[in-house]
Amino acid sequence: MKKLLKLLEEDCTLTTAQLASMAGMTEEEVEAAKRKYEEDKIILGYKAIVDWDRTDREAVTALIEVKVTPQRGEGFDRVAERIYQYDEVESVYLMSGAYDLTVIISGRTLKEVAQFVGERLSTLEDVTGTATHFILRKYKEKHLIFQKQEQQEREWIFS
Amino acid sequence: MDFLMNYESILSQNIQSIKPSGIRRFFDILEEMKDAISLGIGEPDFITPWHIRDAGIYSLEKGFTKYTANAGMAQLRREIASYLERRFDLHYDFASQIVVTVGGSEGIDLALRCLLNPGDEVIVPVPSFVCYGPLATMAGGKPVYVELQAENEFRLTAEQLRAAITPRTKVLVLPFPSNPTGGIMGREDLEAIADVLRGTDIMVLSDEIYAELTYGQHHVSMANLPDMYERTVVVNGFSKSHAMTGWRMGYLCGPAPVIQQMLKLHQFGIMSAPTVSQYAAIEAMRNGDGDIEKMREEYDGRRRYLVEGLRRIGLPCFEPRGAFYVFPDIRGTGLSSDEFCERFLMEEKVAVIAGSAFGQGGEGFVRCCYATSMKDIAEALTRMDNFLTNLKKKQARQG
Repeated sequence: MKKLLKLLEEDCTLTTAQLASMAGMTEEEVEAAKRKYEEDKIILGYKAIVDWDRTDREAVTALIEVKVTPQRGEGFDRVAERIYQYDEVESVYLMSGAYDLTVIISGRTLKEVAQFVGERLSTLEDVTGTATHFILRKYKEKHLIFQKQEQQEREWIFS
Repeated sequence: MDFLMNYESILSQNIQSIKPSGIRRFFDILEEMKDAISLGIGEPDFITPWHIRDAGIYSLEKGFTKYTANAGMAQLRREIASYLERRFDLHYDFASQIVVTVGGSEGIDLALRCLLNPGDEVIVPVPSFVCYGPLATMAGGKPVYVELQAENEFRLTAEQLRAAITPRTKVLVLPFPSNPTGGIMGREDLEAIADVLRGTDIMVLSDEIYAELTYGQHHVSMANLPDMYERTVVVNGFSKSHAMTGWRMGYLCGPAPVIQQMLKLHQFGIMSAPTVSQYAAIEAMRNGDGDIEKMREEYDGRRRYLVEGLRRIGLPCFEPRGAFYVFPDIRGTGLSSDEFCERFLMEEKVAVIAGSAFGQGGEGFVRCCYATSMKDIAEALTRMDNFLTNLKKKQARQG
C-alpha cells in the first residue's frame, strides 16, 4: 500500500496499468486504493510543478516568518487557520525554533506581497511580528531541478 | 587512394578474423532519427549518485592524481572484500585475491589471456554479451558456443555443458544474470553445473556484473558452491550496480595464484585503474548500498510493467529475474529478429536489439532494455502494439 503512495508521490501521471504492475496490484485494487486515499485526505491532490520564470508571467514568492501568541485551548491552530484561508497563501507550517509559523505566499508583484503582509498578516491580533524574505530563484522543489541540465555527448554503443 | 602498405598481410590474422558487430549500422539509423525511443541501450539511465560523484571531485580537489598500486588502492580492495562478504558471502583476501580493473571488460580480457594456451577451448553460452568470443580468440583460444534454450529460460544445463566439453576445454564462461535475456542461474542450476565440473581442470569465468540486479531472489555466485571457489574467477564492477559505466571501474577476484598472473598482465597493459574513479568507488562501497536498493526497486517496477505489457500485446516472454532486459519471443511474427528490429525502428521509431546480435540461439528474440523512463516504456509498448497490428494486417493481405 505504501508502495502505491510512494509511486504516486513521485509521479502522479502514471497510468493505472503502470501503477498496478509497479506496485504488484490489480488495476481494480489500485483504483480502489486511490479513491480511499483521496476520501481519507491522505492524498490531498495532484498538481504540476511549474517553473514560471521560464514563462512571461510575472510572479513573486515570499517566505514569511511569523511570530504569534498561541490561543488558550487552541494553540496555534486557530491563528494558522485564519492565515491559510487567504488565497494568496501557498503553505503554512508550524515551526520549532525562533519563530512560530512559516507562511509562503505568492503574488504578482512585490507591492502586492508587501501589501498582504502589512495589511492582512501583521494586523491579525495574535500576530506579534513578521519577517519577510523574498525568494529570488528556485533551484529545486520536490526533488525536481529547475534549470535544464546539460546532457553528456552521446553516441550509441553496443553494451 | 593507393596504399603503399598491404595492411591485410601486416595486421594480425587473429584480429582480422573477428567480425565487427553488425549493430553499428542500426545505431547509425537511430542517431539520425528524431523522436525515436530507445529500449536498445545497455546501461543504467540513472546518473551516478551524487555522494559518489562528490567523492571523485573531492579527490581531484585534494590533488590525488597519481598512479595507485597496480592492483588498485589497498583501501578500495579492502572495501571490495568487505562488500563481497556482506552482499554475496564471498571471501577474498584484499592483498592477494583482488585486482581493480578498467571496467569488467578489462577483467574478462585479463582472465582469458591468463588462462588460455593456444588452441584451448572456451565454452561460451549464447545468447550473451558479445565480448567473450572475440576476447577468447585474441587470447589464442577457441570459443565453443553453446546455444541456450528459451524453454530453459536461457539457463545453461548440465547436459549441454557435458556435450560441449572436450579434452581441450579450459574455461567455462558463466554470464549470469544475463545480458541479453535477463535470465539467472539459481543455486540448484549452478549445483548441476558444478557436478559436471568437479574432477576436471576447467576454470569458470563468472561474469557477475549484474549480480545486484536480481528480482525476487538473491544472486548466487559459482564461487559460493563447494569445490568451486578454487576454480572460479569472479568478474564484477560498479557500472550496473552503482550506475557508474563511464567511470570504468571493475574488479577480478579469485584464487591468489591465478589473480597474481592477471595482476602481472594488468601492470604491463594498464598500470593502474583511474585514480579519481577509485576514490569514487571507495565511497560507493562504503555508503552505496542504499542506492543499489533504490535503483533495483525502480527497475523492478518497470520490469513488471514491460513484461506484462509485452505479454498483453501478444509477445510471449519468460519472466526475467535479473539484469534490466526482457527478451520477448517474436517468432510468431514470421520475421527474423533483424527484420523485426529494422522494421520496428523504421515504422514506429522504437529501437530494440535483435537477439541474433548476441549469438546463435538469440534468433527469434529481441532485447528490450527497461533502464529507461516509464513514459518511454509506455510509449514503446503502444507503438509495439501498433506495429504488430499493422504487421498482421499486411500479412493477411498478402495471404
